[in-house]
Amino acid sequence: MNEPSRNRPNDEELRIGVFVCDCGLNIAGAVDCEAVATFAATLPDVTCVVRNKYTCADPGQNEIKNAIRQHHLNRVVVASCTPRQHEPTFRQCVLDAGLNPYLLEMANLREHCAWVHPHDREAATAKAKDLVAGAVAKARFLQPQEEMVVPVTRRALVIGGGVAGIEAALELADQGHKVTLVEKQPSIGGIMAQLDKTYPTMDCSI
Amino acid sequence: MGNFTVRIRKKARYVDPTACNACGECAKVCPQVRPDEYQMGLSARKAIYIPFPQAVPCSYILDMESCLGNVPIACGKCAEACEQNAINYDDRDEIVTREVGAVIVAVGAEVYDPTQDDEYGYTRFRNVITSMEFERLICAGGPTCGEFVRPSDLQRPKRIGFIQCVGSRNPRLNRPWCSNICCMNTVKDTLLLADHYPDTENVVFYQDIRSFGKGFEDMFQRSKEAGTRYIRGLPGEIVEDPATGNLRVTVENTTAGRIERFELDMVVLSVGVEPPKDLARISGLLTLSKTSDGFFMESHPKLKPVDAPTRGVFFAGFCESPKDIKDSVCQAGAAASRAGALLNAGRIRIEAITSHIDPAACTKCGLCAQVCPYGAIRWKKGEVATVVEAACAGCGACGATCRSGAITMRHYTDDQLNAQVRAILGDRPQDKVCVFACNWCSYAGGDMAGISRMAYPASNRVVRTLCSARVSEEMVLEAFRCGAPVVLVSGCHYADCHYITANRQTVKRVDRLWDRLERLGIRPERLQLEWISAAEGPKFAAVMRRLEDLRRTVTAEEIAHTREALRPKPAARIARAAALQE
Repeated sequence: MNEPSRNRPNDEELRIGVFVCDCGLNIAGAVDCEAVATFAATLPDVTCVVRNKYTCADPGQNEIKNAIRQHHLNRVVVASCTPRQHEPTFRQCVLDAGLNPYLLEMANLREHCAWVHPHDREAATAKAKDLVAGAVAKARFLQPQEEMVVPVTRRALVIGGGVAGIEAALELADQGHKVTLVEKQPSIGGIMAQLDKTYPTMDCSI
Repeated sequence: MGNFTVRIRKKARYVDPTACNACGECAKVCPQVRPDEYQMGLSARKAIYIPFPQAVPCSYILDMESCLGNVPIACGKCAEACEQNAINYDDRDEIVTREVGAVIVAVGAEVYDPTQDDEYGYTRFRNVITSMEFERLICAGGPTCGEFVRPSDLQRPKRIGFIQCVGSRNPRLNRPWCSNICCMNTVKDTLLLADHYPDTENVVFYQDIRSFGKGFEDMFQRSKEAGTRYIRGLPGEIVEDPATGNLRVTVENTTAGRIERFELDMVVLSVGVEPPKDLARISGLLTLSKTSDGFFMESHPKLKPVDAPTRGVFFAGFCESPKDIKDSVCQAGAAASRAGALLNAGRIRIEAITSHIDPAACTKCGLCAQVCPYGAIRWKKGEVATVVEAACAGCGACGATCRSGAITMRHYTDDQLNAQVRAILGDRPQDKVCVFACNWCSYAGGDMAGISRMAYPASNRVVRTLCSARVSEEMVLEAFRCGAPVVLVSGCHYADCHYITANRQTVKRVDRLWDRLERLGIRPERLQLEWISAAEGPKFAAVMRRLEDLRRTVTAEEIAHTREALRPKPAARIARAAALQE
């Protein structure tokens, strides 16, 4: 992603692809995904709409990549789950097809819609359409972005010198990293050092 | 992100650990006696002491609050006794600065103190002790050298009761969580007693015995085979016999369905654990968030169990949730592995969400620099502001504050967000609630409601921003202009903002908006402000229900009035500008 963007100029005609995910029955069980897809096709600048059973699976991702190439898409909207889970997946996917990852937008039809409105298909579908409309509207204004890469200081800090902190510090040191272990008490050991024997084997704590 | 500057206060020890050979001559001459914390106060230590024989560093330390000798004339005995010349009364705290790329938070937990609620007469009855005190009393390195005696008469107790869930699974004490370790710790204690003193009678009062780990059930069965009685039911009452110090315990045995009474020589309270009291301080320093029970919230409960929401920060051990030694060790390994992956890569990619200032449009007012929680905006009076992109975290507080439109948030632009607002409210806006939710807390709280399948009305439409501080006054007004009956701005809890203090700007802005709406004759409560953490799925659902109730109270006339009141009046503006020029 460090190389210059391979996007079309910004003033080029918008070509948006919308990918509506069933997520098995997770979304399709509560939302009429066909109706959402039909609706999405009517939105401005939407060039193609594809329904997938599982958009995140390889076949689903391949459909996105193929559609980008076939339809010369320059914006992608994936209407599936929370971006907090799969935004990185789909960013990588559109990048693989030569699109800047920041030209992706997601609509959360699962956590914010299907899973919380399981008993009102009509209302859930109406909401899903709005969420897709919102994502497409936002996508029309997306611009390619270049990420900055910064060096990471190769040293770690571990706060707390109980059994977890000691173990983490040793593990990082074993990996060859410099570690600073901070403990507020005069000695490391934490609560474990106060125990006599420990379960399930009856060995000493120290 | 990937680069932290840490300032550490290295506390003065007053004894040079490299010189001290732990001979103990200093403690022999020290006149000051204090309760020994390591032994749970069951024995004493001196003002100069070693915390326990295996301490690391293996060195004595001077408790300066108890020491007489910071004026050497007053005492100074230990320094005279020390052949190594390791003692230095003038030692001072030192500030050490370290640059690090990853932080592992392993701040542990605190053991519940039954003093505060006088649980089962702990403060009044001498022979009611905690499980931590039990550990010290049965330990060969303890105050009695492992001779197990009871406090009242220093005689060996023959009938010992254990009470489970003290300070755990107790909504009355606001401690609803299971502390995870106490069941198996008690099972272990009964086996220790059976091994050391086969003639003791042990009885355990419990709600449920949770022996779910590898080898745990086998251990539980061995405890029963060794003669320990397990009674399902927590005692309702304990009375001390003042003559003998024995304890009379009344309990409803819920398996047998009858009240039972026991006379016991000693009662051990199996105390739970709680988040450390200074957890909020660490949380503030690293912008972490907590679950409702006060332990740290991980990035994802299943898929990112050791990652903190702040990149480069990882959790290990008790502070994330109650867990035993094995699980702490496992999680520590996982956290070290995640941190190692970051350090080994040596580089970190920063999401292109930073702020950008157009120098031509900047009016040099400096408001942006004032609201930036990271000090990432450079500005001097009379000069154009500039963004230090490596320091910018992308919260958008500056973008929402800028009055001249000079600031663009890369990837969360005003154009994008306003277009999204207009689109979601395009059709029948009167039926909808417009929700602005910050990525880290309230949007994630919405995800949590979804994952937990907490149904709520379908009227809300969520617009995601990185921080609630990104939501400008104009965005909120645009939503009202589009006909939204109700608008919610939601973010992380006030002290837990992912962007340090950015959501303070949210509060100020919403305050200003409330004033403005009121002046315009618009009911201010139609704009709502809520703090919802990533763990608060139930709260997210409850807020959505409440907003739907509120939406139903907003009339078509009100919406029409709002639209009219907020309608931009270009003609009026041009007239005003012309008047100003004259």
